Amino acid sequence: MFIINCPYCGERDQSEFSCGGEAHIIRPKQPTELNDDQWAEYLFMRKNIKGVQFERWNHAHGCRKWFNLVRDTSNDKIHAVYKMGEKPPVI
Amino acid sequence: MKNKYSIFSLVKNAFSQHENWKQAWGNPEPKKEYDAVIVGGGGHGLATAYYLAKKHDMKNIAVLEKGWIGGGNTGRNTTIIRSNYLWDASAGLYDHALKIWENLSQELNYNIMFSQRGVMNLAHNLQDVRDLKRRTHANRLNGIDAVWLDTKQVKEFCPIINTSQDIRYPVLGGTLQRRAGTARHDAVAWGYARGADAMGVDIIQNCEVKGIKRNGDQVEGLETTKGFIKTKKIGVVAAGHSSVIANMAGLKLPLESKPLQALVSEPVKPIIDTVVMSNAVHAYVSQSDKGELVIGAGTDAYISYTQRGSHDVVEGTLKAILELYPIFSRMKMLRQWGGIVDICPDASPIISKTNIKGLYFNCGWGTGGFKATPGSGDLFAHTIANDEPHKLNAAFNLNRFVSGDLVDEHGAAAVAH
Ligand SMILES: Cc1cc2nc3c(=O)[nH]c(=O)nc-3n(C[C@H](O)[C@H](O)[C@H](O)COP(=O)(O)OP(=O)(O)OC[C@H]3O[C@@H](n4cnc5c(N)ncnc54)[C@H](O)[C@@H]3O)c2cc1C
Ligand SMILES: [Zn+2]
Repeated sequence: MFIINCPYCGERDQSEFSCGGEAHIIRPKQPTELNDDQWAEYLFMRKNIKGVQFERWNHAHGCRKWFNLVRDTSNDKIHAVYKMGEKPPVI
Repeated sequence: MKNKYSIFSLVKNAFSQHENWKQAWGNPEPKKEYDAVIVGGGGHGLATAYYLAKKHDMKNIAVLEKGWIGGGNTGRNTTIIRSNYLWDASAGLYDHALKIWENLSQELNYNIMFSQRGVMNLAHNLQDVRDLKRRTHANRLNGIDAVWLDTKQVKEFCPIINTSQDIRYPVLGGTLQRRAGTARHDAVAWGYARGADAMGVDIIQNCEVKGIKRNGDQVEGLETTKGFIKTKKIGVVAAGHSSVIANMAGLKLPLESKPLQALVSEPVKPIIDTVVMSNAVHAYVSQSDKGELVIGAGTDAYISYTQRGSHDVVEGTLKAILELYPIFSRMKMLRQWGGIVDICPDASPIISKTNIKGLYFNCGWGTGGFKATPGSGDLFAHTIANDEPHKLNAAFNLNRFVSGDLVDEHGAAAVAH
């Protein structure tokens, strides 16, 4: 457990948030044109990184807004918070 | 076996104050080349090596473990063993394992303390009742013992459960698998290690895999902290670290790694002689032979490799435990720990070839793979030796995420453990 600095509400316990997993997986623009391998890649395959990871979070028990975190999954240290649509910071 | 354990060896060693027992397995340096290398010295990896040597005559093999054998999820789990899964493929897989458990102490000449004390799964709402009854019927069609108990029978089977209908999640009944139970987790790793070692398998601890060398689409060997090891067959059984190793070979897996916790209480006299699980309130409990209550909590809801787990998750579990067992309200908890579990989107494991020749994965067991240890090792050994799955693990291939033929045990069975 750790503390997350919601870009809209400020610092709150992680238990107020829900994690939406790996960020910047782009939804296919032409879904009908994908083959099964490409669907599998989009739906299921994950980097599941041990180390610095870009991920989506939702402040479920707060403002209910989505945003991004850069977090080191090997020690839960948070390196950056940024809003949806903003350019990911270079870490 | 070099060093057979029996009543006679026990008596004989008593004369020398038990100071002359031989080491149960060796501590070799890695050879330059093996016919196959297993990455990960947990129960599944050691069982794989054991069955490769025993059933497929592959003896020039090694198990590489970055820490000590059994130090991963094998030595961190709550040891619940059962086979009452909903779908045919899972029933086949888990009951194959349960049948091996029933004779494993004898086979390994090592007491793994398998105890068929029964596992009860509770229902707390009408949907639970329907799902669990359906599962009972499905189990019986697959030849797996299962009975439905109403609230009164639940109370008779485990008298300390609070069956008052006035609590937040009242007990409306439950299922019971009498052949299910628990085993001693460390002993499973040690028993398989000793058995494999006796057949010539090298068990190499403190040896971390750092890279996988490929020549085109064929594996050539492993970079490790003890140097390069050449091999044409690599079986990866690294639980929460499976994706890390897959990434070394340029492969992605459909896994997320999350901390899962358990805790034990101070030891007390026998109070609960079975295993009781409840998915709806996420709490399960049994009692170890030392007398500690063994309690399992849920996973943290985010990817993490920190191997500890969050406090709020434990709090949630203990609230449920106290409502179901008010008698435990003044128990003190002694220890808490976490393990990193590898969770698949359909909550079923992967025992599979990959599109890289000679690279095999056994992973995705998530929160519930201890129960499958012997069966998983047996089937993975078959897959590696023949470069083809056994019919019992054919459904658990990696390609199911492409074909869509998932084995969806999430929500379908009592998913937790
Ligand atoms: C708290 C908790 C409770 C659980 N309760 C239950 C239960 O009641 N019933 C049940 O059936 N299951 C349960 N499970 C799940 C079960 O523990 C696992 O599914 C099972 O033990 C996995 O066994 P394994 O041998 O695959 O993994 P592990 O025992 O984790 O072995 C994998 C090994 O790979 C090694 N490794 C990793 N990376 C490398 C590398 N680069 N090089 C070399 N070695 C490496 C690790 O050190 C580790 O020893 C629980 C898990 C946890 C954490
Ligand atoms: Zn907020």
